[in-house]
Amino acid sequence: MSLSINDAVSDNISEPMNTTAENTPKRRSVRKNHDAKHFPGFKAVTVLFFAFLYLPILVVIGYSFNENKIVSVWHGFSWKWYSSALQNDGLMSALQVSFTVAAVATFFATSIALAAALVLSRGKNVKHAPVSEAVVNLPLMLPEIVFAVAVLILFSQLEIRNGMLKLILAHTCFCIPFAFLPIRARLKGMNTNLEQAAQDLYAPPWTTFKLITLPLIMPGVLAGAMLSFVISLDDFITSNIISGGGATTLPVYIYSLVKQGVSPELNAISTLIMAISLLIATPFWFLSNRK
Amino acid sequence: MSSVHKMKEGYLNILGLAPAYVVMLFMMVIPLGIIVYVSMMTSDPYGGFISEFSLDSFQQILFVTDWDDNLQLDLQYLNIIGRTLLLSLITAIICLCLAFPVAFYIARQSASRKALLLFLVMLPFWISMIVRVYAWVLILSDNGVLESVLSFLGLVDDMDSLLYNNGAMLVGMVYSYIPLMILPIYASIEKLDLRLVEAASDLYANRFNTLFRIVLPLCKPGIVAGIILVFVPCLGTVLEPMLLGGGKTMLMGNLIQNQFGVARNWSFGASLTLALLAIVMIFLMLQALRASRLKQQEQ
Repeated sequence: MSLSINDAVSDNISEPMNTTAENTPKRRSVRKNHDAKHFPGFKAVTVLFFAFLYLPILVVIGYSFNENKIVSVWHGFSWKWYSSALQNDGLMSALQVSFTVAAVATFFATSIALAAALVLSRGKNVKHAPVSEAVVNLPLMLPEIVFAVAVLILFSQLEIRNGMLKLILAHTCFCIPFAFLPIRARLKGMNTNLEQAAQDLYAPPWTTFKLITLPLIMPGVLAGAMLSFVISLDDFITSNIISGGGATTLPVYIYSLVKQGVSPELNAISTLIMAISLLIATPFWFLSNRK
Repeated sequence: MSSVHKMKEGYLNILGLAPAYVVMLFMMVIPLGIIVYVSMMTSDPYGGFISEFSLDSFQQILFVTDWDDNLQLDLQYLNIIGRTLLLSLITAIICLCLAFPVAFYIARQSASRKALLLFLVMLPFWISMIVRVYAWVLILSDNGVLESVLSFLGLVDDMDSLLYNNGAMLVGMVYSYIPLMILPIYASIEKLDLRLVEAASDLYANRFNTLFRIVLPLCKPGIVAGIILVFVPCLGTVLEPMLLGGGKTMLMGNLIQNQFGVARNWSFGASLTLALLAIVMIFLMLQALRASRLKQQEQ
């Protein structure tokens, strides 16, 4: 982590007029003490905070390479838990279920969110737009356990027994706002000049959408799709309550392992799922920060 | 615009929003209605419920029926609700104390370091909740990582398990939700005019006074938003009490989960869900009222 760049650098950035030749290091440190915007101890808290945030994750990753079967006693480096994890049938079928559900739910959620976002930011004379926006974001307002219980009762009343179908329906619903928000942000921040130019040149609405709007909002659509994919992949509460019917997702499978106690193979599995999530997260960050 | 064109546009608007409305209606609104219905029915001991009107499930939150069919006050569920509120509040306060200095420090960095540090704050959010909570099981469990490190250093000999108590849940909850506190506070510090801080110091305010009388009041909107963002999800949290809390230290989230799992008492589970929903709604409404009052003051 690059937290160790010295304070003098940041001091200079916030006070550009403070760069005259007489600024010896000694003087600078005197100045820092007088800088009212500098609060002593804040940097230490920040360092502690990042340690708190990352140490537990690093512990899981580190101990996944521990050769010893007793998790907490270090015995030597080994890949063996990864190879035993990859030969684990339960894990592989959970992985397959999770990826299928996430892919299908992401497709539906992103399509639904894209349609709604286009109407809400480009439609003319949209009635009750704030209400519609609230409806699209409804899953964000409820605690997830409430949603999970609600769909559990719904599925049992409708006698839907297919585990895969239940998961896809529920995941599509709670992924919609996560797909919606990046697309909506992209549309809001976008200049409408090009779309207007296309319309002035008599492009029909569909052509304008296909050739101008869609390519321009694509980073937003991709960001929304990635976000909803990861949200679906990582979901535990809803998947756990409605699981059954022959479909166990990865987090539910991991939970069943945690209940049996900590094991080095569990550390390896956790590291694998973290790697998958982070592989998807990093491009998301660049996509959503691109102007 | 011709009226035909206008009509076509209206259809397009409806067509675009219809799928979202349909999903939300069938997956959120109707199911919530069913929860209300189930909470007023009789529970079926074999799972599910029987369509027989009864308000026993609400009564069960507060009272227990003894052998003579008399109602007696029963505090066990009230205790769980109280513990949920208290732990969520303590979590929000700890998150605030930690997050404020971090947000302030990040806001004072150069643009590229700001982006990097914010990315690092958000990164754990992409990691599955179950893995993040499991990490604490690994650290705190009997013969776990913390114990072996401490005994290696010779600090402890044999220590009681650190898991399955309120403290372990608290650590897990702070760990899970603290990024939600940093982001809104960071946003409000970004908007803060730092010349005010300089002015305060020019007028001989010390750092303590500057912080508590200038910076904190000006960041109040971000702080309130952060507290709501941490406190409300904590109320319904499930994984931390399931894995880090024991059977004696339940929270509302896993109490509800149990009613639909091992306890097989759907009606009681539904009424507890409504209680949780009511508590969440009260806090969200208070926040909305506050926000609209602030808006009026500005105008």
